[in-house]
Amino acid sequence: MTAKPGLPGWIYLPAALGAAFIVAPIAAMVTRVQWSHFWSLITSESSVAALLLSLRTSGIATLACVVVGVPLALVLARSRSRWVDIGRAAVLLPLVLPPVVAGIALLYTFGRRGLLGGSFEALGIQIAFSTTAVVLAQTFVAMPFLVISLEGALRTTGARYEAVAATLGASPTTVLRQVTLPTMLPAIASGAVLAFARALGEFGATITFAGSLQGVTRTLPLEIYLQRETDPDAAIALSLVLVVVAVAVIGLGRERMRSA
Amino acid sequence: MVVAALTALTLAVAGCSSSTDSELTVFAAASLKTPFTDLARQYERDHPGTKVQFNFAGSSDLVAQLQQGASGDVLATADERTMSIASADGLTERSTVFASNTMTIAVPSGNPGGVVGLASLADPALRVVVCAPQVPCGTATQRVFQASGVAVSADSEESSVTGVLNKVSTGEADAGIVYMSDVATAGPAVRSIRIPAEQNTTNLYPIAVLAGVTDPSAASDFVDLVTGPSGQRALERAGFGSPR
Repeated sequence: MTAKPGLPGWIYLPAALGAAFIVAPIAAMVTRVQWSHFWSLITSESSVAALLLSLRTSGIATLACVVVGVPLALVLARSRSRWVDIGRAAVLLPLVLPPVVAGIALLYTFGRRGLLGGSFEALGIQIAFSTTAVVLAQTFVAMPFLVISLEGALRTTGARYEAVAATLGASPTTVLRQVTLPTMLPAIASGAVLAFARALGEFGATITFAGSLQGVTRTLPLEIYLQRETDPDAAIALSLVLVVVAVAVIGLGRERMRSA
Repeated sequence: MVVAALTALTLAVAGCSSSTDSELTVFAAASLKTPFTDLARQYERDHPGTKVQFNFAGSSDLVAQLQQGASGDVLATADERTMSIASADGLTERSTVFASNTMTIAVPSGNPGGVVGLASLADPALRVVVCAPQVPCGTATQRVFQASGVAVSADSEESSVTGVLNKVSTGEADAGIVYMSDVATAGPAVRSIRIPAEQNTTNLYPIAVLAGVTDPSAASDFVDLVTGPSGQRALERAGFGSPR
């Protein structure tokens, strides 16, 4: 029988402090919810439009993160090039940038007078003030979450199964499809959950880059910010909806990880 | 309790500024930043040893902060509605209107959308950005559209006037409705196209000494400076109109 490695008793005090610091504000917000009007507040036309838009755009953004983020994580984890460290730093950038800076950067890339915006405009594609702009903003801020968590998992797992498969004559694509991706599925799922949660909460880049119009660009966080001006009760009710959705997403992610 | 301890710790770390001389704290609407910053310099010259501190934010945010117990000496809001909320709560006693602000059409320099007046904004091909009806500048914008009879479908309804101004100055929008004072301080990237007076709407800006200030005469000196001739000149330079 082995004794569990014990923690010093005092460590529970700062740990409890940290947990309380996160839980207490959420609890305080819940105490302010007007339950008698809760249902009518969250089912108003503008609230439903904002929730549906948020779920739709965050879903597409997550998909985009998976499509380009998984290959990116594979390259960062497996490539031996010295450029990898620079690449990783660049990919991490949206994680530490204030979202409003991300919005400004996107504006000068995809905006009308931006680096690429003119070419899109010539093709008849308008990005600013469209739902596409919301998805771009969400993808930009959410991608690092998927890449970093997946790259960590790839490094921890190592490449020995891939090496064995390769010595048995499998082509790189076969190895990727039959060995790497199946073993990485739980990590991809949990990375995608993180990315979805981040996309759902995106505010600063969206309001700077995409604008705010009901059903088109006004996602739930933007709706909450606007409602706060005139109807604080509605803002609190919608905040609670966002908390519930976020908790559900995290719960779902943990379930997936265990079952996989 | 634990959170209170942590907050106290944060405050202790953050609040290490020196408090040698007296301070005058002014809560002012964000649109007043340019003229009030100028006036503060003059006030500090006239009152050696007193430092003017500003809290610039949206008027409703300022009143909400004061209701939550923030302490200040002077309050200046961008409309009379928010000031009346403050006085109803006993935060202020008597307020004086010191400036007015009208709405205007802002277009990027060069006017790529070829906007000539309010009627141009009805063109669906034009990208128009306004404030959302929930915020004061949006309420004013709606009044302008109603008075002019122009039906505008906006491409974005921003939650602040700076949001509108930014979309115009970056050229993302062809036109936006903002306050006159915003265009005056926006620089060369933005041009203003006048809205006729009969279709326009005027916001009155009231200022008041807050209840329970430690030095009422220092606070009313600041109010006098703003309502006096040099205050009015500074406000005029920043695009504001006269009080009436």
